[in-house]
Amino acid sequence: MTDSKYFTTTKKGEIFELKAELNSDKKEKKKEAVKKVIASMTVGKDVSALFPDVVNCMQTDNLELKKLVYLYLMNYAKSQPDMAIMAVNTFVKDCEDPNPLIRALAVRTMGCIRVDKITEYLCEPLRKCLKDEDPYVRKTAAVCVAKLHDINAQLVEDQGFLDTLKDLISDSNPMVVANAVAALSEIAESHPSSNLLDLNPQSINKLLTALNECTEWGQIFILDCLANYMPKDDREAQSICERVTPRLSHANSAVVLSAVKVLMKFMEMLSKDLDYYGTLLKKLAPPLVTLLSAEPELQYVALRNINLIVQKRPEILKHEMKVFFVKYNDPIYVKLEKLDIMIRLASQANIAQVLAELKEYATEVDVDFVRKAVRAIGRCAIKVEQSAERCVSTLLDLIQTKVNYVVQEAIVVIKDIFRKYPNKYESVIATLCENLDSLDEPEARAAMIWIVGEYAERIDNADELLESFLEGFHDESTQVQLQLLTAIVKLFLKKPTETQELVQQVLSLATQDSDNPDLRDRGYIYWRLLSTDPVAAKEVVLAEKPLISEETDLIEPTLLDELICYIGTLASVYHKPPSAFVEGSRGVVHKSLPPRTGSSESAESPDTAPSGVQAPEQPAVIPTQGDLLGDLLNLDLGPPVSGPPMATSSVQMGAVDLLGGGLDSLMGGGGSGGGSFAAPSTAAPANLAAPLGSGLGDLFDLTGGVGTLPGSYVAPKTVWLPAMKAKGLEISGTFSRQVGSISMDLVLTNKALQVMSDFAIQFNRNSFGLAPAAPLQVHAPLAPNQSVEISLPLNTVGSVMKMDPLNNLQVAVKNNIDVFYFSTLYPLHILFVEDGKMERQMFLATWKDIPNENEAQFQIKDCSLNADAISSKLQGSNIFTIAKRNVEGQDMLYQSLKLTNGIWVLAELRIQPSNPSFTLSLKCRAPEVAPYVFQAYETVLKN
Amino acid sequence: MIHSLFLINCSGDIFLEKHWKSVVSQSVCDYFFEAQEKAVDVENVPPVISTPHHYLISIYRDKIFFVSVIQTEVPPLFVIEFLHRVADTFQDYFGECSETSIKDNVVIVYELLEEMLDNGFPLATESNILKELIKPPTILRSVVNSITGSSNVGDTLPTGQLSNIPWRRAGVKYTNNEAYFDVIEEIDAIIDKSGSTVFAEIQGVIDSCIKLSGMPDLSLSFMNPRLLDDVSFHPCIRFKRWESERVLSFIPPDGNFRLISYRVSSQNLVAIPVYVKHMISFKENSSSGRFDVTIGPKQNMGKTVEGVVMTVHMPKAVLNMNLTSTQGNYTFDPVTKVLTWDIGKITPQKLPNLKGIVNLQSGAPKPEENPSLNIQFKIQQLAISAKTQTWMEGR
Repeated sequence: MTDSKYFTTTKKGEIFELKAELNSDKKEKKKEAVKKVIASMTVGKDVSALFPDVVNCMQTDNLELKKLVYLYLMNYAKSQPDMAIMAVNTFVKDCEDPNPLIRALAVRTMGCIRVDKITEYLCEPLRKCLKDEDPYVRKTAAVCVAKLHDINAQLVEDQGFLDTLKDLISDSNPMVVANAVAALSEIAESHPSSNLLDLNPQSINKLLTALNECTEWGQIFILDCLANYMPKDDREAQSICERVTPRLSHANSAVVLSAVKVLMKFMEMLSKDLDYYGTLLKKLAPPLVTLLSAEPELQYVALRNINLIVQKRPEILKHEMKVFFVKYNDPIYVKLEKLDIMIRLASQANIAQVLAELKEYATEVDVDFVRKAVRAIGRCAIKVEQSAERCVSTLLDLIQTKVNYVVQEAIVVIKDIFRKYPNKYESVIATLCENLDSLDEPEARAAMIWIVGEYAERIDNADELLESFLEGFHDESTQVQLQLLTAIVKLFLKKPTETQELVQQVLSLATQDSDNPDLRDRGYIYWRLLSTDPVAAKEVVLAEKPLISEETDLIEPTLLDELICYIGTLASVYHKPPSAFVEGSRGVVHKSLPPRTGSSESAESPDTAPSGVQAPEQPAVIPTQGDLLGDLLNLDLGPPVSGPPMATSSVQMGAVDLLGGGLDSLMGGGGSGGGSFAAPSTAAPANLAAPLGSGLGDLFDLTGGVGTLPGSYVAPKTVWLPAMKAKGLEISGTFSRQVGSISMDLVLTNKALQVMSDFAIQFNRNSFGLAPAAPLQVHAPLAPNQSVEISLPLNTVGSVMKMDPLNNLQVAVKNNIDVFYFSTLYPLHILFVEDGKMERQMFLATWKDIPNENEAQFQIKDCSLNADAISSKLQGSNIFTIAKRNVEGQDMLYQSLKLTNGIWVLAELRIQPSNPSFTLSLKCRAPEVAPYVFQAYETVLKN
Repeated sequence: MIHSLFLINCSGDIFLEKHWKSVVSQSVCDYFFEAQEKAVDVENVPPVISTPHHYLISIYRDKIFFVSVIQTEVPPLFVIEFLHRVADTFQDYFGECSETSIKDNVVIVYELLEEMLDNGFPLATESNILKELIKPPTILRSVVNSITGSSNVGDTLPTGQLSNIPWRRAGVKYTNNEAYFDVIEEIDAIIDKSGSTVFAEIQGVIDSCIKLSGMPDLSLSFMNPRLLDDVSFHPCIRFKRWESERVLSFIPPDGNFRLISYRVSSQNLVAIPVYVKHMISFKENSSSGRFDVTIGPKQNMGKTVEGVVMTVHMPKAVLNMNLTSTQGNYTFDPVTKVLTWDIGKITPQKLPNLKGIVNLQSGAPKPEENPSLNIQFKIQQLAISAKTQTWMEGR
């Protein structure tokens, strides 16, 4: 009597037969039939045709039958939404059942039926169950909120379930707390902006209490949630660490790793002199080592994480080298990871052991592993200077084995060793040369050719060796061709007499017979160098090379810090931030390690990108690509996505735009309507449009100004991206605003020796949603020492993220060479819109309405303009004077302006005729913009 | 969270699928099959595979791949641990975790999976609780069920689930109260050619079988707890007590469970209970070599060494081996170049020896002379870490 019998009926009338059985009167037969249906379902057979018959079996006292029907419903309700409604009544009834098991089962199953129509009926029972007296029902209901949110997020918010869920965090039952946390975390993931998990010391305390008492899975959720908390000082961090430490001894490795994450993160806040810091370091090592004795899959994930931990805090595992020794029966993915960590931990103290191990590995069977082992020996040599000699002799031993791929790998790493320790191990060159013929991989061939060229003076038959490569020049890969070209030129410079023929041959091969532009260019350069100035050629080609760095594959520090916050997650397995690979993660908030206490940096805005803080007015190259990378990754996809070019202005300028646009097209004669960006032709309408738009009544106020209005002030261009930092591309630029359209005026200068093309530009999310409205158009490739002026139209419909400082803009520019990142500050006045004039009454009311705390006062010094000049000057930058009053000899100007995102700023400017400094009071509902508005005032007035 | 689960056998058939959220098409497994093909060996399939829309996290247990599909950022260890727990539960319920046993009990499997995970969140994974919700199949019960029409599904709320001790069910009664503890220690050691230990550590577990009535509160203490370098506890153990007094104090679950696992590493000297004398050499420029291996017991307090199996990965140049053994059988697989010698028990009077001639490919360069010998053995009733518990106290 086993269930396998359910699988045996596969003949044609199966469905029909089941139907008859389901409608049978006998309970027993019904149950058997439902079991058969479930069995077919598990193997992916379509039994949805039986839906009505199965649902009919739902009203039963038999719990097993009920469960089976529920199973069926969950699977097929989506395909039969109308039928699923039939089941609703039973669910609602079951939610009132005296047995908590049935109540929970009903609410659980309802959440799994992913049919919109049903969700409406679900709300009431769910609300009841969230407040149920039985914790089992409550914890099930908590998860149900997450399910419902997945189906219909709006409904969950409207019904207030999120608040109820937040209340459950303080529930008395730890299981309920854990499930509420889990549900909230899941909802928060799809809703990154919401402050669902707003943790404070009280709720942290509750979580820590629940942590001790809930199940292992609950502990994982709670620990992951704790890791997002930012303790306010080191004392708090330490007390959390103390309470989390016992989790390191849990049997569930996921709990252990989540605890490690919390500790690694909060340790950042502890001072290193603290005794506790040392204790914590000691406590972290044993559990990490223990993870390595678990199943191989667990080991793999653990090793990927240990790789990060070792880079961040090598001191934790520095004595544990031996546990990373490879076992012969480890799966290959574990072996490769262990090897990686061995190299990271290699030091003078343990290098002998490591080398002995690596040598063993190099005789293993698996080719990939052997290659990596040989490479590892080379990396050891570069990392630990004292061991270099040993490593080289080990490599020579390996070369003697004559195993093809071992020899090739060995030669590649020996090349690196030569780069690190020049003039030390050249005696081995003879041995290397013996193996010349067996090299068939491009990388090894290129490495060997490099060696021959570099040490041509010591190799008697260097010319013969290189000549032998030259025979098949066209069949070689580019890498080898380039290397061969350089090597022969080096040889020529060292032994000019015998090799003239050879060098001519290679130059002509490279320049005349090759299709590869890189090769051709390099050939021409050498040719010209050699023909014009051999001395200079010598200086260039035989210049001393910089030593190569020790650790070439370390993860870049800011990325590492971010990844430490993701220990235990997929991000840690891929060593990429989640934004780089998780689908639909546009809104993923970058996590960062907490700042060490005592540093002056405040932690008030931990969510903003950590790299963006620069001194004002300074062009800055963003040194790290880590956090930008995620947002800018789609750069390669082509021109940035942009809305219609005038979208912003047409929304926010209303009538002004219509007039402006109309005039524009009249004057320009073209049908371009509002879309024309051509600056010269719009200059006149700019002056006309503004007064027209602000109403005829006010026209006279401005008569004095019209003639002199220069349009919005445009700052001179400054260098944003120096050529040094961008492989020869220099970018300078400024921002301007004309007739409601913002543009970024750029000058791209090519200071490299290479033609640049394929330009593209992209902005990171920023405070006001600035984004390119059109692709960056550079029509011809940019030749060396040429520059091009471009005006890039911008709009403000991009995605918004608050930056610090507010007007910071991070930009990525791509060309055929690379992607470069820089950040710049834009003056706020480019965001002041043309309809920023408020009605007088409105102004008064708003001024009173904004609380006094939001008022900010600034001094504008050394400005010798009178009130009228000021008001006309400001008008040009869309700061409108609403009223002017004279109080006790002082001129008071009341002004208003509006930002592209609809924020109004009201200003009162006090001018004393005798005093060159003015007092500016700003009132705004969003007080953080005030300093930037002040800067804009100052810029406009002083220029 | 965990979206779906597919069970796949070695020949690549998906024989069970379960979805906790919306249905994910079987075709997602194609990425898995691709990786499986690339890995050649079933054990080498990477545990985390990314596909355009999902991530596949898999484990390989008892010739079955448990492949879970996830869509969001989830701790992979959480998924892997859960999958192992699923396999453990099957083992617990059906005696073995195999394709046939799962197919034989497919309805129970489905019910179990439904009970273990809700919307991707683990619900009940403790075997005590699961057994209360869904009774394990026994012959007697299936007979009774078919007569009386009662079911395998319990209809009351499992008592333990919400108490402070979720692992134990209430109202346990036994006529004979018994508690058994099995201490199983595994040495993992790498020993170099000359016989000195490169790396050795002991992985130990204490598996318990507790059949005690009521709510027993037990404590267990060790002779030398300082030896333990790291411990992982079952949730029932009170951590504070261990921290302060180094005593394991706990209210156990009912039935079989793993109480603790621990590690004793090489800092504390680990004595290896066997030794190997070996002589493996290949002559230069000849197509043969000699092979001579003897295994003997070291000091082991009079306990016999049993179940000894030696496996050697011979160099690639080895064509064949002609050996004679004084005890047990040997096989040499010329394709994988693996020599397996099944010895059995070692008697100190007559040490097992395996010697003979190795035939090499002619013309091949002389291979490395030190292939790694892998020796497995068992010793009953000997705790190598010398940590044995001394007394146990129950209330």
